Amino acid sequence: MEQKFFEIIQNERLADGIYRLHLEGDTSAITAPGQFVNLKLSGHYLRRPISVCDWADGRLTLIYKVLGRGTAELTEYPVGTKLDVLTGLGNGYDIEKSGSTPLLVGGGVGIPPLYGLAKRLVGEGRTVNAVLGFNGAEDRFYEYEFRTLCRRVIVTTADGSCGTKGFVTDGMAQMENYSYVYTCGPEPMLKAVSAASKTSGQFSFEERMGCGFGACMGCSCETKYGTKRICRDGPVLEKEEIIWDD
Amino acid sequence: MGRLSVNLCGIALDNPVIPASGTFGFGYEFAELYDINCLGTFSFKGTTREARFGNPTPRIAEAPSGLLNAVGLQNPGVDAVIAHELPALAKVFHKPVMANVSGFSVEEYVEVCRKLDAEAQVGWLEVNISCPNVHGGGMSFGTDPKAAAEVTAAVKKVTTKPVIMKLSPNVTDIVAVARACEDAGADGISLINTLMGMRIDLKTRKPVIRNVTGGLSGPAVFPVALRMVYQVAGAVKIPVVGLGGVSSAEDVIEMMLAGASAVEVGAANLVEPYACRNIIDALPSVMDRYGISELQDIIGGAR
Repeated sequence: MEQKFFEIIQNERLADGIYRLHLEGDTSAITAPGQFVNLKLSGHYLRRPISVCDWADGRLTLIYKVLGRGTAELTEYPVGTKLDVLTGLGNGYDIEKSGSTPLLVGGGVGIPPLYGLAKRLVGEGRTVNAVLGFNGAEDRFYEYEFRTLCRRVIVTTADGSCGTKGFVTDGMAQMENYSYVYTCGPEPMLKAVSAASKTSGQFSFEERMGCGFGACMGCSCETKYGTKRICRDGPVLEKEEIIWDD
Repeated sequence: MGRLSVNLCGIALDNPVIPASGTFGFGYEFAELYDINCLGTFSFKGTTREARFGNPTPRIAEAPSGLLNAVGLQNPGVDAVIAHELPALAKVFHKPVMANVSGFSVEEYVEVCRKLDAEAQVGWLEVNISCPNVHGGGMSFGTDPKAAAEVTAAVKKVTTKPVIMKLSPNVTDIVAVARACEDAGADGISLINTLMGMRIDLKTRKPVIRNVTGGLSGPAVFPVALRMVYQVAGAVKIPVVGLGGVSSAEDVIEMMLAGASAVEVGAANLVEPYACRNIIDALPSVMDRYGISELQDIIGGAR
């Protein structure tokens, strides 16, 4: 973890309630896709943890969903605003385990970290397929970006307004012969993906956090490998270690 | 002895700044960021006899100028703390550390204190009789002067190290609890633990925290903490450690003027990981601004 200041280069609406931040600053602490950053927002005590969508030397892309007052105010932050950021948080995905044809399964605002992952998997010569799940056409984003990287992309919408009507598991059923699953999304979706997946995989979890770097024990969960802090030992857990709530 | 140094129950501190239990783990996360030997000391994660996961999540909620937590004393248990955490800590921290102890019975407090008393690096035992997030323990000892005195007297019998009793603000008369601890032999008092509170999610119409209630900390509680430190420091002769929302060098000085011999910093560490180092770095210039030559001289100066 490092504390750095980033400057907003662009802050734009992508879809209903979904925004993208392009930031400029020192990204050297980010070492794996699936890590996150923790943003200090003026007037709010706790920082806002947001997954890294993509990064390059000096450039950071975040996609965030408006969930409350803090993120609603963030949409109004103008270009040039300096943000206080704890960067390089969490373990991130391990791309070594992907096999030759990994499947990425994302739901809603769980999709962004899979983009940075897809880029790196493709860079390593893997053939990547993706299932992207949304509520409806109005909150769909990044379909085109995934299509430029992946061999096949299936979009599912709960209301059937575009793509396959249904959930990400309905999209997974159409995908044959994948070597590994990487997923991120709401917990009920992750549980369904675990049940539907035919291979091992890595699952990225969300939890309300205090600090985001392992000090407060606010986001702990029990796993088959012992108690873990989602912010520090996660957010990515191996399929085999997860204990699902009933 | 520098101008920041203070004395806490017979042990000299280079400065009065102490990260509070539950916000600093066993120090390693912060040792990756800065040399934690700049601290006066720190109070490590509340330790119980058995390992505890704590409460179900979500156990964090935001509040105006603060946060609620209902972690519920997650810790690996005293034997694992002694076997794993303290040896690892000794590599990155070379000063006496404050051991924070919690329990669900007098016997448990005694057993944990007896085990930690044998650890060379433990300088003080901070006995938490004020955790608002566990049932049948913690705060139930801190809301009744008789029970507080019973815990104090029992742990004093098994240790020669200074015993600091950590008090709850969720009481009608905190001075009565502090006096009961002093009369039972406590060497110091620390206060305040968190104030019980709650939040409700308007979308789900349910409490944000699964435990329903949580403990409020952060700048929101600072004036309440300051008032209670002032009251208790005026009523006991033993040293008082002030905590509750302290976030700046100015807050440290205010706490000391209210009567604190040393000051713990809690929630601030969670949102500003360099908070304690920044406070220590800022203290000399803030002291200069207010004409303070030595911190030791201002303790209780507001009275």
